[in-house]
Amino acid sequence: MNGRICLNLFKLNFTVFDIFLIWLLKLRVESSVTPRYLNLDTIFSSRKHMGFAWGQGNIFVYETLFKATGSGSPFIHEVRKDEDIYSPILRKLFNESHHIFVGLQTIREDLPSKNKKPQFVSISKNYRSVIRACMEELQQVAVSTKNAEMSVQYGNQVSILLAIELIWNLCEVLFIDAAPAGSLLLHLLDWVRLHKADVDEKARDVLQSDSPAEHRDYWDVVVSYVLQGRLDEARQMLGKKATLTPAANNIFKMMDNLLSKMPFYNPGGTQTLTEFDVKWRHWHEEVDRCLQDNSFASNQHLEVLCKILLGDEDTLLEHKDLLGTWYHFLVSRLLFCHPTVKPTELHYYAQSCMTMFLDSRSAPEPLDSILLAAFEFDIHQVIKDCSIALNNWWFVAHLTDLLDHCKLLQSHNLHFGSNLREFLLLEYASGLFTHHSLWQLAVDYFDHCLEFGRVYLELQIERVPLDTERKALKVLRICEQRQMSEQVRSICKIMAMRALRNNRLGSALSWSIRAKDAAFATLISERFLQDYCAKGTFSDLDLIDNLGPAMLLSDRLTFLGKYREFHKLYGEKRFKEAAKLLLSLMTAKIAPRSFWMTLLTDALPLLEQKEVIFSADQTYELMFCLEELTSSLNTPSSDSDKSMQEEDVELTKVELLRLALSRNLAMAIVKEGTVET
Amino acid sequence: MENINAKYVSQKISKTRWCPVSYSSLQQPEVFATGSWDNEDNKVSIWSIGNHNNSGLEDGFEGDPQILCEHKHGGDVLDLQFLDQERMVSASSTGAVTIFRYHPNTHTISVLQHWARAHSYPCDNAPCTALVCSSPEIVTVGEDGRIVVFRADQEGAVRVIGEMRTRMLPPHKESSLKLSVVFVRECRQQHNSRGDLPKDHGGFDGDRAPLHCVDRHPNQQHIVATGGQDGMLCVWDVRQGGTPISLMEAHSAEMWEVRFHPTNPDHLFTCSEDGSLLHWETASHSEMPSFLQGGRNSSVISHGALTPAGGNRPLSSAWLCGDSGKGCLETTHMLPSQTMSVNSLDIIGQCLVCGTDGEAIFVNRHVPV
Repeated sequence: MNGRICLNLFKLNFTVFDIFLIWLLKLRVESSVTPRYLNLDTIFSSRKHMGFAWGQGNIFVYETLFKATGSGSPFIHEVRKDEDIYSPILRKLFNESHHIFVGLQTIREDLPSKNKKPQFVSISKNYRSVIRACMEELQQVAVSTKNAEMSVQYGNQVSILLAIELIWNLCEVLFIDAAPAGSLLLHLLDWVRLHKADVDEKARDVLQSDSPAEHRDYWDVVVSYVLQGRLDEARQMLGKKATLTPAANNIFKMMDNLLSKMPFYNPGGTQTLTEFDVKWRHWHEEVDRCLQDNSFASNQHLEVLCKILLGDEDTLLEHKDLLGTWYHFLVSRLLFCHPTVKPTELHYYAQSCMTMFLDSRSAPEPLDSILLAAFEFDIHQVIKDCSIALNNWWFVAHLTDLLDHCKLLQSHNLHFGSNLREFLLLEYASGLFTHHSLWQLAVDYFDHCLEFGRVYLELQIERVPLDTERKALKVLRICEQRQMSEQVRSICKIMAMRALRNNRLGSALSWSIRAKDAAFATLISERFLQDYCAKGTFSDLDLIDNLGPAMLLSDRLTFLGKYREFHKLYGEKRFKEAAKLLLSLMTAKIAPRSFWMTLLTDALPLLEQKEVIFSADQTYELMFCLEELTSSLNTPSSDSDKSMQEEDVELTKVELLRLALSRNLAMAIVKEGTVET
Repeated sequence: MENINAKYVSQKISKTRWCPVSYSSLQQPEVFATGSWDNEDNKVSIWSIGNHNNSGLEDGFEGDPQILCEHKHGGDVLDLQFLDQERMVSASSTGAVTIFRYHPNTHTISVLQHWARAHSYPCDNAPCTALVCSSPEIVTVGEDGRIVVFRADQEGAVRVIGEMRTRMLPPHKESSLKLSVVFVRECRQQHNSRGDLPKDHGGFDGDRAPLHCVDRHPNQQHIVATGGQDGMLCVWDVRQGGTPISLMEAHSAEMWEVRFHPTNPDHLFTCSEDGSLLHWETASHSEMPSFLQGGRNSSVISHGALTPAGGNRPLSSAWLCGDSGKGCLETTHMLPSQTMSVNSLDIIGQCLVCGTDGEAIFVNRHVPV
């Protein structure tokens, strides 16, 4: 089965296969983290036949060739795509970063890129601080929870976030800030300091002990400080030892002097890079002289420090445990050997440091190769590797978006979809949309995907369950703001149908008016009229009275409104106007033929009034209407199965009407004749 | 804006309410309740902004809300009101109405009374959309178009006022005017129900936007502010009926809540689906130089009103002066730029709390009133 999928995809497109693989790998990562879900590995290796059903953010996996061996029924496994969105703490990450994301999209395009860079850097820092806040909370929960399994899960999430923050920070230094030679190293030092914070803990332990200089971690702390280029703190530490050993005071002073003189590039200052380089070389030679004339021979620790200051690779590598990682080694080595390293040279040092630091036996971990790719300025490799290694789309989507705004992803086009940024954002947002509560966030992400965002939104928004009117209003507002008339109609129709099912005609009518859904408005108006015929009264009078221009939505609705107007005029005893309106409803063909009998019946009391209301002409017209109605009624009634009684009632009605009409006609003629003479 | 404290809470907040404080004590409120919506498991939560541990800090991050306790809530919380200092009533999308009791000493919540299908259709749930309390009576409205009156200490409903669309509503207790109901016609029915508005007042001048919120002036009961689907803020004098006294473009989307300041009703607050929270202030203190008033407003927008400015007439209430023109009314945005809907707000004294769909609670302890 596995092979077949791949073959098909090969035929389609190679890059699609690439992405699909990422998808599968991501599935696997999650399924192995949470035992609830199936490990696809076992399925693939056991040569079973499998079927897939794609869903929103999940797939169903089932065996197609299942032999009932009596050991149970076949399983359908649900494989979820993005498990992280169900973590309550990570939800804060999604919500806060959404806010930053929206802010980033509103940065104006037309500003010169020079002005935008500080904004991008600050946005990048905002993203990182959100990650940090989330990480801290996760750490607290991981410690405080009593459930061991949960604690492990939180621990995992913390380590993922740590890696994310590490990568992000490096990308910020290398790509977004794009620091030039000189300040590049300073940024890298900050980067290492931030992610190797255990030095500070150790230093605190040492300083809080009774005699810090005698503490067993004392020299570790000093060396760690020097490796991170925190020379002032290292000097303070050394000072504690120096006071204890007056005999060696001299060489401590010399070391202190060397440390204090080490030049650091000041990007804001007037010093040029060449000047700094000359100065640094002088200092380097001075350190070298001290080592050559064996000034520190009496104290091996100081001698080690001196060798580190010279950037001696073997000495540095001896402190692997203090460095911890190859990239720390890289930064320390650059600090003491190549402080003016150019961005373009980085990859060379990075590669060599990694091979030097890691055992040749152990293969580099995903994080190592991601960082290496970053040092090589291969942004696409970084994003690709992150997509594979990390278990969520959040990171790649936001990072790619930010890099895209920095115009760093211009050259790359996918063979499908729009571009990498949009593809990743769509993936992330679709994941959010599968969540019962986070779907609202996804809307803004779709908005900022120019090519396919709208199509995605249109498809997804229709699938949001509408539990309450308030939620429907919120969804409706989203659609209306984006002129998605098709979706507006469908939402209103759902709500109108629901109201209709519960016999809330007024509510149903206002929903269909909002959707401008003429057909449905006709249907509901029909129901109103039926109700009226059955009960003799209207419901939702206030709505019908205040239809206003909405009345023109459908013919039937117009009739409903006008008919109600007739009742109102009648109620106010404005008979003349009422009569005129009633007649016009029939002659202008606004009223449906089926309703004419009711209208004529309504005319009865007007005909029976003492004073003449319908003029002779109007009475003729009424008679004409009645005749038209009866002639059309009589023809089919011959074979209809109406009960005798009903027919009787009809006949009586017609007789009554004819009588009333002719009497009214007589009176009208007399009256009109009288007036004329 | 620097006084605003944001807290992300991992649930979309539909309602925020301060726990009432006794006015005699002149205290600022410390405890508030929130209700969530659209979650798999919705909750009613109690928060505190009091500083329990770090009493030394005077300002800064003192007001970060800390959760005290929470209780599961079936369905979305569509409304939440405090009955008194320890009891609160919630309205659920399942049609249920529940009284919760909050025990301040043990920080726990328990259910006191639960009416499961207070609002319902014969074969379907009808969400209960809003409620008002005046201890011990609780009045609720639902999507089924009914008003139901409960008493906190009684099992069944005291009275069900059938279909709101029938005109036979008996004169109702005053608080029913405050019920936020979904449609204008329903709201108008409520006005009618009190006999305040003449029966035929010829509609709303073509303004047919459904209403979402109502609040009445705390001192002058005839002044009512409403907000609706089009984001317009309307101020009505119920004695005059017919048309609103003033009509202001407040928001670009649904206005979800409008509140007069309970003790200083020259101030009004509105929040909306467009993600903004506005502070409205009528400049009734005209003797105060304008530079003193303008200083603290970072962004002032005033929209034109129906009638032109009417000069400095002595007025009983600034809200009824009919000229919400440029000199008379100042509005201030209370939140930093937001995109997600602000669903609810509440204010007591100088403390304002609001909750958003962005799963954040904002607390401002120094509202300039």
